[in-house]
Amino acid sequence: MNLPHIDFSVITPELIVIATALVVMLAEFVGAHATPSPTRSHRIALIALLGLVLAALAAVAGLGRAATDIQGMLVADDLGRYLELVVLLAAALGLLLAWDYLPQFTKMHSEYYALYLLAVVGMMFMGKSTELITLFVSLEILSVALYVLTGFHRGQLAAGEAALKYFLLGAFSSAFFIYGAALLYGDTGSTHLVDIAARASGGFLTLAGLALLLVGFGFKLAVVPFHMWTPDVYQGAPTPVTAFMSVGTKAAAFVALFRVLQAAGVSYATWSLVLALLATLTMTWGNLAALRQSSLKRMLAYSSIAHAGYMLIGVTAGMQLGLSAVLFYLFAYAFMNIGAFAVVSLLERPGYHATQDATIDAARGLFARKPLLAVVMAIFLLSLAGVPPLAGFFGKLYLFNAAVQSGWIWLAIVGMINSVVSAYYYLRVTVLMFMTEADETSFLRSPLSNATGLAIAVAMVGTLLLGIFAGPWLQQLGQAALAFAGS
Amino acid sequence: MTLILFAFLALIALAGGLGVVLSRNPVHSALSLLLNFASIAVIYFLLHAQFLGVVQVIVYAGAIVVLFLFVVMLIGGNIGPYRHGSRTVTSVIAVGLAAAFLALVVWSVVQVLPMSATPVGAPDAGSVQAVGMALYTDYLVPFELASLLLLVGMLGGVVLARRYQPFAEDETQ
Repeated sequence: MNLPHIDFSVITPELIVIATALVVMLAEFVGAHATPSPTRSHRIALIALLGLVLAALAAVAGLGRAATDIQGMLVADDLGRYLELVVLLAAALGLLLAWDYLPQFTKMHSEYYALYLLAVVGMMFMGKSTELITLFVSLEILSVALYVLTGFHRGQLAAGEAALKYFLLGAFSSAFFIYGAALLYGDTGSTHLVDIAARASGGFLTLAGLALLLVGFGFKLAVVPFHMWTPDVYQGAPTPVTAFMSVGTKAAAFVALFRVLQAAGVSYATWSLVLALLATLTMTWGNLAALRQSSLKRMLAYSSIAHAGYMLIGVTAGMQLGLSAVLFYLFAYAFMNIGAFAVVSLLERPGYHATQDATIDAARGLFARKPLLAVVMAIFLLSLAGVPPLAGFFGKLYLFNAAVQSGWIWLAIVGMINSVVSAYYYLRVTVLMFMTEADETSFLRSPLSNATGLAIAVAMVGTLLLGIFAGPWLQQLGQAALAFAGS
Repeated sequence: MTLILFAFLALIALAGGLGVVLSRNPVHSALSLLLNFASIAVIYFLLHAQFLGVVQVIVYAGAIVVLFLFVVMLIGGNIGPYRHGSRTVTSVIAVGLAAAFLALVVWSVVQVLPMSATPVGAPDAGSVQAVGMALYTDYLVPFELASLLLLVGMLGGVVLARRYQPFAEDETQ
C-alpha cells in the first residue's frame, strides 16, 4: 500500500486560516457564562484578523517560488498566491467593516467569523484547484458559508429572502457545474485538468461539458443571464458580507475559470466568442439597470455585475495579456469596491429591526457634514467609473488594451461606451453628496467606527497607490501570468 | 441461483414502483419508494457493485426517502385523495411520458446488444476496498475538503436553527 506523499507547504496559507477558523469557533467556550458583548466580539475579530494577516504573509513568502502541487489536485503557483492575496485582502477589509457593524444586530460572533473564515478558505482552495472534484468541493465550501452569512441578519425579512434565493439558485447552478464535470469525465476518463487538456475529444461531450461548467461559473461571477440573484442577495446580506463576497467570490471564480479554460481541450476561437458575447451582455445590462436604482447597495450590486463584465473582457483576451489585466483589476476592485461599501455601511441606520438599506438620499449633503468622508467616497466612485489617475482607470485601461492586442477591438469599444454610461450613476451620488443640502432623509452613523475608518483608509491608500504604481505592479502580475500560460 | 434472486428482487422492485404511483396516500407512496430503492440496492450487490449498493441504501433509501417523508409530514400527510378536475389529462400526459421513457430505455439497451460478458473495468472496481483505497490515497484532498464542507454545513445549521435573541437595548428601541 502506497501512502500518498503530501507536501503541506502547498497549502500553508489555507492551513493557517482553517486553524484560525477553528480557534474562533471554540472561542465561544472560553470563559464560562461569558455574555456576548461588543468587546468579546472585538476579541474574536482580532484573532480572525491575525489569522488572515499571517496567511497573507505566508502567501507573500511563497511568491516567486517554483510551482508545487499535491497529487495534481491543488497547485501552489504564483497565480494561486496572488489570488490568495486578493481574497485575504478583501476578507481583512470586510472583517474591519464587520467589527462594529456585527454587534449591532447579532450575538453570534464566533459563528459569524468562523463561517466567514471558512468561506475564505473555500475561495483560496478554489483558486488553487487543478482537478474538478476538488474545485467543486471548494466551490461548495464557499457557497454554503455565504448562503448562511447572507441570511445572518435574522431581524430582516429581506435577509431571509436573499439567503433563500441565493441557496436555491446556487444549488441549481451547482447541479449545472457537476453535470458539466461529469460530461468532461465521460469524455476523457479523468477529472484532472491536465488529463482533460491532453485527452479531450473536442466533440459534443467536451463542448457540452465546458458549456455547463461555464453556466456554473457564470452564476458565481454574476454574469448576465445568470445574474438574477445578485441585486437581492447583495441588498439583503449584511453590508460587510456583501463587500467581501462581491470581491472574493469573483476573484476565486475568475482564477478557476482561467485554469479550466486553459485545459478546456477546445480551441481559443470556440470559447472566446461566447465569452465576448457574455461580457457585452453583462456590462450593458449591469450598467443600464444600475442607472435606475435608488438603493445604494442595489446600485453597487448592478455595478458589480457590470464589473464582472469588464473582467470577462480580460478572460476573452486570453491567457497571457488577459490574465495579468484581470489580476490587476481584481486588486483594484478589492480596494475601490470595498471602500465604497464601507462608506455605504456608515450611511445605514443600525439596529436589529431597522431597515438598514441606505437609499442614495442618505448621502445628501455628506460633504457639509463630513467633508473628508465625502471626498473619499467620491474618489472610490470615480475610481469605479474609471477616472484617471485612480486604480480603476488603469484596471480598465489594461483590460481594454489586452482586448485590442488580441484582436477584440469591438469588445474594447463596447467596454468604453459602458464606462461612460456607468459614470452617470456614480456621479449622481457624488453630486448628491457635494451639491445638495442635508435634509431629514440624510443619515450618518455616529460615532464613526474606528475599524471602518481604518478599512476606508486602507482602501483609499490602495486605490491611490495602485494608480500611481500601476506599471510595475502589472509587470509583477504579468510574470505570474506568463508562468501560468507557459505551464 | 442468481437468476432466481434477480427475478424475485425485480418483482419486488416493480411492486414498489407500482405502489408509488398507485397509492392515494403520499406516505404509502414514500414507503413503496423505499421498498423499490432497497430491492435495487440488493440487485447492485448481486452485480458486485458493493459501493453502489451501499450508496443506494444510505443516500436514496436513507436520506432522500426521509426527506420526502419530512416534506409530506410537514404539509400534512393526511391530505386525502386529490381533487381531480383534469385527471384524464394528467393521466394521458403521465402515461405518454412513461411510454417515451420506456422506449428510450429499450432503444438504448438494443443498441448495445448482444451484450458482452466481459465486465467493465477491474473486477473489484466497485468493492468497498477499492473505493476506500481510492478515497484515502488518490482522492485524499477532496475527501479532506469534504470534511470542511461538513463543518460549514453544521455551523450553518446551528446559526439558522438557533432561536434568535436580540440585544436588550434593541428590544427597548
